[in-house]
Amino acid sequence: MGRLFGRFRYHILVFFAVIGPGFITAMVDNDSGGIFTYSAAGARWGYLPLWTLLPITLVLIITQEMCSRMGAVTGKGLSDLIREEFGLRVTFIMMTLLVITNFSNVVAEFAGVASSLELFHISRFISVPLSAVAVWFLVVKGNYRSVEKIFLLASLLYVSYIISGILVKPDWKEAAIYSVKPVLLLEPGYIYMLIGMVGTTIAPWMQFYLQSAVVEKGITAKEYAASRVEVIFGCIMTDVIAFFIIVACAGAIYSVAPKDIQDAKEAALGLKPFGQYAFLLFSAGLFNASIFAASILPLSTAYSVCEGLGFEAGVDKRLKEAPIFYLLYTLLIVAGAGAVLLPNFPLVKMILLSQVLNGALLPFVLIPMILLINRKDLMQEWVNPRWFNLVSWITVAFMIGITAALVAVTIKGT
Amino acid sequence: MADNVLFFTELLGMPVLDLKGRRIGRVKDAALVPREHTSRIDRYLVGGGDAWLTVRYDQVAGISRDAGIRLSDELLVPYHDDDCILRIARDLLDQQIIDVTGRKVVRVNDLTMEIRQEGGRATVHVVEVDIGLRSVVRRLLQGGMPGRWIRRVQEPIPPNSIRWELCNVVESDPLRRLRLAISYQKLEELHPADLADIVEDLSPSEREAIFETIDSEVAADTLSEIDPKMQAAILESLEPEKAADIVEEMAPDEAADALSELGAETSEEILEEMEAEPKTEVEELLEFEEDTAGGMMNTEYVALPEGASVADALAALRHNEDLLEQLNTIFLVDAQERLVASVPLARLFIAPADALLKEMASDPLIQAPVDESQDRVTEQFDKYNLLTLPVVDEEGKLAGVITADDIISVLRQK
Repeated sequence: MGRLFGRFRYHILVFFAVIGPGFITAMVDNDSGGIFTYSAAGARWGYLPLWTLLPITLVLIITQEMCSRMGAVTGKGLSDLIREEFGLRVTFIMMTLLVITNFSNVVAEFAGVASSLELFHISRFISVPLSAVAVWFLVVKGNYRSVEKIFLLASLLYVSYIISGILVKPDWKEAAIYSVKPVLLLEPGYIYMLIGMVGTTIAPWMQFYLQSAVVEKGITAKEYAASRVEVIFGCIMTDVIAFFIIVACAGAIYSVAPKDIQDAKEAALGLKPFGQYAFLLFSAGLFNASIFAASILPLSTAYSVCEGLGFEAGVDKRLKEAPIFYLLYTLLIVAGAGAVLLPNFPLVKMILLSQVLNGALLPFVLIPMILLINRKDLMQEWVNPRWFNLVSWITVAFMIGITAALVAVTIKGT
Repeated sequence: MADNVLFFTELLGMPVLDLKGRRIGRVKDAALVPREHTSRIDRYLVGGGDAWLTVRYDQVAGISRDAGIRLSDELLVPYHDDDCILRIARDLLDQQIIDVTGRKVVRVNDLTMEIRQEGGRATVHVVEVDIGLRSVVRRLLQGGMPGRWIRRVQEPIPPNSIRWELCNVVESDPLRRLRLAISYQKLEELHPADLADIVEDLSPSEREAIFETIDSEVAADTLSEIDPKMQAAILESLEPEKAADIVEEMAPDEAADALSELGAETSEEILEEMEAEPKTEVEELLEFEEDTAGGMMNTEYVALPEGASVADALAALRHNEDLLEQLNTIFLVDAQERLVASVPLARLFIAPADALLKEMASDPLIQAPVDESQDRVTEQFDKYNLLTLPVVDEEGKLAGVITADDIISVLRQK
């Protein structure tokens, strides 16, 4: 019995030793763009889109699992591997695209910060610069362990969406039915919405961030089983949050009068009649999600680029040792936050643009990933089993198709 | 720039001309044979039609950036891969190597080489490995504009290169390492803490390769400087005998810490391979809980009978020369081995040879029981400004000592 307990304790310890990367990545997936997409879906179509969450979770798990496996087995980041196997030129092009894409994402996150705090009557000219400075200091001055703890704490704050979803008192029976009952309406608006939901699920930066974080954390192939549990758990939690966002907007806005909302702020305001708390929690959740993603995105971008191009990187290095890393990191934050403050800056368009760019870059990240993970010399016995390859190629083809459609739809729509 | 300088990117794609000046193909790669010569390019791999041909260094009459490679002998053999060659484009370019003087891991962007004329023959020697922005620019532009322009464009960027002799290639396959004459002797001269930083930047298989080959004592010192989680992963990857050799050389407390991170089975295997004396010491330490004084202490101390004089102390120190670097306190014990006093080492210098150590003891005697909590121990170090704290068992017998460096590690990990 004691032995059994000992073993159990060992597994628990291993689990806590690896928790962090998978969970954080999955949570940040629900950033300001994601929240907007889910809110809009719930506000316009009510409970109907809920069924998509199951397949979305599956797709998310498959792609995230591959990255964390590659990180654990090779001990190298994704951009490292791309550089070593595909050369400098491919890496350079990919990194350039990644910087552009992630920059638009950073702008979108700061836009989220601005609009969520405007709900609390705080001017964006105060909130955005303060957030930018806070984010910069948090990452540069804190060490990895404490920063990760703060990130994990921020992940817990997503609970606010669950609570606000419950406060709205939605129709649970209907929510339960439509969670498993696929409904396909042949209306353009509905199809656009479905594409948008799947398309926001996987962003290129996540693959880079997750793999680097797994490596940074020192997770080994042996501990990988525990890490996989974490990744799966994280992905499920992501979509549980998404479920509650949709349900909240379905209960509060759709059931009163279905309408097209323009940004997440509008969704929060729609919750107001259902009590101050629902509104507050929803808005606070939006702020948390935006600033959380705004902390991770610039860091992850600077890391990936420097890793891939062979420049020194890391917040544990001094400015003089890793000048390009700090320059890129700082520039992304300053320019990202600055863009939001420009007069007449098209915030909503920027969020849409970030989605288009994410989608356009995705195939160039997913295809090399599958090629790499099938290399026996890199992955040894950890290469994809055949059935998994089949599933991941289908997933990738599906994701590419969906995001291409999203890109086309968004471009046409604007 | 001098005309005899040739960058590897310029060599790639260079035309190869036969005796009559006809082009047979272009350079696809070049290779060193380290067993023959450490820096001379031994073979040029030339791609013409379907198969690659090998041009040996003694078949080349002249090399110039404008005219390409002129052969002096046309009897070329088809290229076949063999384990003794280090192919530059395949094995070096874009890969990570160790910069021994800079004490870091760097990524190879390009190589600076030198053309030497030796009696009607032209040979190419690798001089430097290029890292940094200048070589990135050079490689990205290669093929996009004439070579002369590229040299002019890159000229203003400050070079960032490492001398070839000071580079260490990392190869995880032991057989190939032998054939390529790769050794890690240069690494053994580094400070263990620097080597630890380097090792942490490498992938798991590369880490294993280094620990397998370097001297056990250096390996032990290096391992002590590595994060405990990674320590465990490294020990696990080694053969138990090699792991045991390394663990034997470690300070017993650090050895115990490292082993306690491993699964029971692996640490048992390693202990079994160890010599009797270090093994019992480590096993004793393993009995204690990690976060108590017993788990923190080591057994490397000097204890003398309470009646000992300064002369006795000096004699004892001569017998324990390997401890001197860290030693700052001598302990006095009674006939039952109970701790009675601690004497700061520096006092010995100003005392006459026949003086009794007891008279120089610190007052009050500060000690900790083996089951004292880690926090309390840390507090005592802070309160009494300690360098060394003796730890005693239930009967008051001296069991071990905790030193300030243990406390620093504990604090850093918080």
